[in-house]
Amino acid sequence: MVFNIYNNLGEVKVSSISKSPWIIHYDGSSCNGCDIEVLAALTPRFDVERFGIINVGNPKHADILLITGSVNTQNVEVVKNIYNQMGEPKVVVAIGACACSGHFFAECYNTLGGVDKVIPVDVYCPGCAARPEAIIDAVVKGLGVLEEKRKKMKQKK
Amino acid sequence: MNLAYFLILFPLLPAVLLLLTKNYHLQKWIVVISSAIIAAASIVFAIQHLHAGGEYINIISTTPNILVTIGDILLALTFLFVCRKLPLKRYWIPLLVVIQYGAVIFYELVGKIPETTHYLYVDSLSAVMALVIGIVGTLIAIYTVGYMKHYHHEHPEIKNRSNQFIAAIFLFFFAMFGIVFSNSVTWIYFFWEITTLCSFIMISYSQSEEAIHNAFRALWMLLIGGLAFAFAIMILADKTGTIELQKIMMMKQSIVLLPVLLLCFAGMNKAALYPFGNWLLGAMVAPTPSSALLHSSTMVKAGVYLVLRCSPILQNTAAGGMVALIGGLSFVAASALAISQTDAKKILAYSTIANLGLIVLCAGIGTAFTLWAAVLIIIFHAVAKALMFLAVGVVQQQTGSRDIEDMEGLIAKMPLVTITMLIGIAGMFLAPFGMLISKWAVIEALTIRNPIFPTIVIFGGSLMLFFWTKWMGKIIVVKQRQHGFEKGIGIEWIALIGLSLLTILTCVCYPLIGKYALVPLYGPTPMLSYGVEITILTMLALMLLPPVIMLMRHKHLVFVPPYLSGINVTDPAQFRGSFGAPEAWSFRNYYINKFFGETILTKWTITFSLVLMILMFFVRSF
Amino acid sequence: MHWIIWCILGIILTPFLGGLIAGVDRVVTARMQRRVGPPFLQPFYDVLKLFGKEKLVVNRFHGDFVLCSLIFTVASVGLFFAGQNLLITIFALIVGNVFLVLAGYCSNSPYSMLGAERELLQMLSAEPMILLSAVGLFMVTQSFDIATIITSGKCLICYLPGVFIALIYVLTIKLRKSPFDLSTSHHAHQELVKGISTEFAGPSLAWFEVIHWYETIFLLALLYLFFASTPILGVIAILFVYFLEILIDNINARVKWELMLGSAWVVTLVLGLGNLMLLYGIQHI
Repeated sequence: MVFNIYNNLGEVKVSSISKSPWIIHYDGSSCNGCDIEVLAALTPRFDVERFGIINVGNPKHADILLITGSVNTQNVEVVKNIYNQMGEPKVVVAIGACACSGHFFAECYNTLGGVDKVIPVDVYCPGCAARPEAIIDAVVKGLGVLEEKRKKMKQKK
Repeated sequence: MNLAYFLILFPLLPAVLLLLTKNYHLQKWIVVISSAIIAAASIVFAIQHLHAGGEYINIISTTPNILVTIGDILLALTFLFVCRKLPLKRYWIPLLVVIQYGAVIFYELVGKIPETTHYLYVDSLSAVMALVIGIVGTLIAIYTVGYMKHYHHEHPEIKNRSNQFIAAIFLFFFAMFGIVFSNSVTWIYFFWEITTLCSFIMISYSQSEEAIHNAFRALWMLLIGGLAFAFAIMILADKTGTIELQKIMMMKQSIVLLPVLLLCFAGMNKAALYPFGNWLLGAMVAPTPSSALLHSSTMVKAGVYLVLRCSPILQNTAAGGMVALIGGLSFVAASALAISQTDAKKILAYSTIANLGLIVLCAGIGTAFTLWAAVLIIIFHAVAKALMFLAVGVVQQQTGSRDIEDMEGLIAKMPLVTITMLIGIAGMFLAPFGMLISKWAVIEALTIRNPIFPTIVIFGGSLMLFFWTKWMGKIIVVKQRQHGFEKGIGIEWIALIGLSLLTILTCVCYPLIGKYALVPLYGPTPMLSYGVEITILTMLALMLLPPVIMLMRHKHLVFVPPYLSGINVTDPAQFRGSFGAPEAWSFRNYYINKFFGETILTKWTITFSLVLMILMFFVRSF
Repeated sequence: MHWIIWCILGIILTPFLGGLIAGVDRVVTARMQRRVGPPFLQPFYDVLKLFGKEKLVVNRFHGDFVLCSLIFTVASVGLFFAGQNLLITIFALIVGNVFLVLAGYCSNSPYSMLGAERELLQMLSAEPMILLSAVGLFMVTQSFDIATIITSGKCLICYLPGVFIALIYVLTIKLRKSPFDLSTSHHAHQELVKGISTEFAGPSLAWFEVIHWYETIFLLALLYLFFASTPILGVIAILFVYFLEILIDNINARVKWELMLGSAWVVTLVLGLGNLMLLYGIQHI
């Protein structure tokens, strides 16, 4: 069941999945700088609820996973676990330079050097720390990816 | 008419036969055949008497009366015999026996008891009670045979007197049929005390110190009721000139109120309402069949049956209001107390006290509508509670524990037994099953009176919902399937499945019960109105959907582990602990001992109920 | 037989009305927090999105229990609009709640089971007052039938002000609003992760949301009964009460369950039962 908005050419511009993206945020051993910026994006000043975005605490309820920090050996299993407990269609947004590539911790013995070494990432949002505007922009780009994934899911059925 | 004699006297035959044999197979056949005969006889009896009005059965000869007197003497001697080993400081137990039997036997021998021929009276209420005893009771008897075999297998230190136990069950049937058919108060007294004796035999069965202690506690508490009964007989014989229950109900209130209140006192005592609740709780050490039969389905129902019979006199009196308040207090208090219990049998015991309190609440008010609800509660409660006790007994034997916390995930260990338990629990409180219908009727019936009464029922009902749903939730936790726990159950399945079907059947057929059993007794009530029947039948139909939904195939399900903050390990009952090793998580229900604990609540409840009991006797002058 | 028409209309229109009210709830909450907030139709987008997600489950049964809960909640709303017996309708709602609790238990997850336990405590706190309000309505109109209560023409709020206020207090518990949103809360809040709905995902969560809409409409309709003789005042009253609930939600923090249970019962007994006793006294002088 979907709700579709069509553009002038009769193609589906946006469906209900991108009108109501629910995010879950996980700190993969970051310094908390990007986490604070993510939380700032939820505050009234930036108000992401305009887009229908809600921060849920449970991966089963979430569509978009916001990960900060480069993943280390201790929380590799946790990241995989949370990713597996999310339902399709899902999108992973790596927030901050550490999540994108490991930043200057990339050579450390305990970090894996970026989230995409563990789970497939769909959107990269660089910055140290990434600004709330950039985070919102990344999530909106993620909405487009969500739409594509939903179309593929429907075609597979 | 002859069926009444047959039903009363026939159970003595298997009782005697069972005392003579210790062979398991012979016992099994005696029990099964006699149970079938008793059940068939009750059904035929019910068909004969349900639709008709009440009728007397005349007994012209004086032999039965003489036999009852001899029986009383023998009972008194038996009670003194079981008290023989008591320490001297508990002299008051044999003293109770001596006082009450001394008085009654004296009156009987001296001829002070008024003459009558109407010793038996049967009407729809007797027929309903006979059905309950005949069907539910006999199913429990069949269950007992299988249960006792396992019981002695597991407890080799207890002497195997199971033939005496089952013989006591049939003696009990004799007594119960006698109570529900008798019209003479002296006869009811005779059968009443036989049930006390059976209760004592069954509670003290295992001969352990706790069992004997609880048996004597039950004995003296029940003997107090017997004492009140004896006083009632004396007052009736002296002041009113009749001992016929039906005639007493038609006399003027001012004359008979005191003896009737004494009879109600005896009834409430036998029904384990507060302040007498503790004997029933102590009786839970007995083997489960006795808990199912005596202490939930039948013997305690005899107590409320007597109060129901007395309700015409109690109607519209302040004393009747007091009786209702005692019932209501027991209802709320026992429901609250059940929340703090983890022992399954204790929960069932408290729930029994609560429901009996509800029945007495209805009987104390005494309007047609509340009496309807009272009889319906009797039927539904007897069936569902017996089922619950039998299921708990089987679970205890197969898994070794009757603590609710150990029953977590029972559906993965013993699915069929769990389903019968679910039907039993649902039958106890869930709409549209029977008990809910009765509770709804009670609230409807009571709302025209003081709003205190429906409030009591509403609060008690909410408390009841809490502990039943808690239990239900515990047993349906879906864990790893384990096999082999249901293998040892043999003949007990007959009782479990039979009672489950009966639970469902009685609630589906409640309009028929209303039409054939209750209208002749009390007249029609709004419960039979078109709108209500449609609503309840709609809900019953909707209740068919859950089993259908659960049995349907589900497509496209993706199985994931439960959410444990991301630190799941392969086993869903464990998580990765702080040192990297798996640790188990566990969950325990709320038992809220702070508010609903036994130590606090019991004290207050007994105090208040004692006050109400005393008031009950003193406000009769209004 | 127009009660069948009312029944079907009620069942069909309720989700739309309930979703709209939920949307208004979120916008008003946002404005109170100096935000813009989502569009009014956001709850519908949420539910439709959830239906399109994968069916993640822990075992195959907890989704079934949610469906059973839906059936009985819908039945209770249907019975309400059909004008049947108020007590049985409330009991049907209670059965729906019980199935929801069972769904919470059966998934074998600690958050879920704890949420189910708390849901039971919420039911214990809120139920007595709702049933007492039915008793109160009977005492004034001498009938439990909703059809009769609506057409009775009496100013029910004038006789039952205490009951009404106590019902508003208890409404906070049933609508899952702070300070009483112990078992699970609206999507922007979290309690025990998500309490009883932790293991619901995809369509199950969508149905859970829909069940909440039905329940909301049921409770608002129950409030409306108090003003049944003056329909316009009734609509204004329920809108005002709902606004009050949103305000209470935004002002208060969550409390512990002892405070919830104790205060709900005290309010029930003092305001609710007190009102009824006064009424009984007046009626029987």
